[in-house]
Amino acid sequence: MRTDISNINEQSPCEDLTEGLMIFAGGTSKQFKTGEWRVATPVFDKDKCKQCLLCAPVCPDGCIPVHDGRREDFDMDHCKGCGICEKACPFGAITMTS
Amino acid sequence: MSKKDRMSGNEAVAYAIRQVNPDVMPAFPITPSTEIPQLVSTYIANGEMDTEFIPVESEHSSMSAAVGAEAAGARSMTATSSCGLAFMWEELLVAASNRLPIVLTLVNRTLSGPININCDHSDGMGARDTGWIQIYAENNQEAYDNYIQAFPIAEDKRVHLPVMVCQDGFITSHAVQNILLEDDKDVKEFVGEYHPEEFLLNPGKPVAVGPYAVSNYSMEAKYNQEAAMIRSREVIKEVAARFREKFGRGFDFFEEYRCEDADYIMLIMGSAAGTAKQAADDLRDKGMKVGVLKLRVFRPFPAEEIAAALSKCKAVAVMDRCESYNGHGGPLASEVPAALFMNKVYTEVVNYVYGLAGRDFTTETAAGIFEELEDVVENKKQVRQCTYVGLRSKEGQ
Repeated sequence: MRTDISNINEQSPCEDLTEGLMIFAGGTSKQFKTGEWRVATPVFDKDKCKQCLLCAPVCPDGCIPVHDGRREDFDMDHCKGCGICEKACPFGAITMTS
Repeated sequence: MSKKDRMSGNEAVAYAIRQVNPDVMPAFPITPSTEIPQLVSTYIANGEMDTEFIPVESEHSSMSAAVGAEAAGARSMTATSSCGLAFMWEELLVAASNRLPIVLTLVNRTLSGPININCDHSDGMGARDTGWIQIYAENNQEAYDNYIQAFPIAEDKRVHLPVMVCQDGFITSHAVQNILLEDDKDVKEFVGEYHPEEFLLNPGKPVAVGPYAVSNYSMEAKYNQEAAMIRSREVIKEVAARFREKFGRGFDFFEEYRCEDADYIMLIMGSAAGTAKQAADDLRDKGMKVGVLKLRVFRPFPAEEIAAALSKCKAVAVMDRCESYNGHGGPLASEVPAALFMNKVYTEVVNYVYGLAGRDFTTETAAGIFEELEDVVENKKQVRQCTYVGLRSKEGQ
């Protein structure tokens, strides 16, 4: 039975869950806001950024969007605040704040 | 039309695999089940079946590959024994919790140590809480029949759980016995085609299998899995009835051999049930009313049915071919008295541990156990629970 899993939530009775918790859709991890777990938050300073793009590939959660060869501000819905981007930035354009 | 033949248990299961012709069979050899993948490979090489055989590097991989193939939409199976099953342990749980109807043919062999290749049930019993349905065979015929019934049980929409079809290592797997083989056409018809509703290789209908679940979902998911195990009871009975109708033999949860008026019943699984039946016949000839309850389905555990079947006798010998190392007897010693107690049946129970690592279990031994039960009831003999049958010991138990 294909179920619209957006109708399932933490109050759903067991009968409404899918068999083996199978998910009938692709790319659903986007809906899972892992940003809620964040303790430290990176702050992006556009003026200091040279667009070297060393930060984007080291983000374990793909939270640094890059369009037309330029990085944009963080995807705070999914950033867990690990701080790897701050360490990778040679120009001090990323600062972790708590 | 059935065909009379003679075969070993491994040959019988391999013959059934050829008839079912599953889509995928990943396997790694281990005594005493090695012949099964070997014979299947031969069938494939001879063009008699077209299963995709994957020679993997371990049992951890064979069950992983079976999980992947089944999730992808392929009817999948594997074979193993002993430490091979132990090495699959993690994946056994993954297969069951993801509700994948994989079939595993297990040739029961003891677990180390001491390292030993002979039969007992410690491998299957070790996997008793992995969420697999477990069906045990007394002989080659039952190993063949149970394999054929495994797919319709596993793949039923009410179930969607993996099934382990067990036979005793060497005693059943290597001993040649007379057997009735069914026509390929009849077996294929009985098993049916596999058309899963949801699977990974289904264009336009994406699914994700085995997602992480937080606590708020996991408990409900586990309950749903248990509910499927409970529903499998009716499916096992239906499939057994359909098999009996089509091929004229078989049992559902257990066989009650001369139990109807029995004072003393031996509850036993696997090949030793045949020995127990012979002992029962011998004692019946001498006027002693004894019977054998041969447990076929261990998972789901038919607790109510066992309690009903044992409610009228005076005493039961519960026979474990496995040690649980808990100071309290084997798995059947725990589960059978619990089944009786929960159903308010207060029959006398004596637990015996027998046949570990291939130790012989003879008709004389079985008869001695029946006589001891009589001694317990008639003369209030105090017996030690969980006695090792035939153990050499200075305590002379």
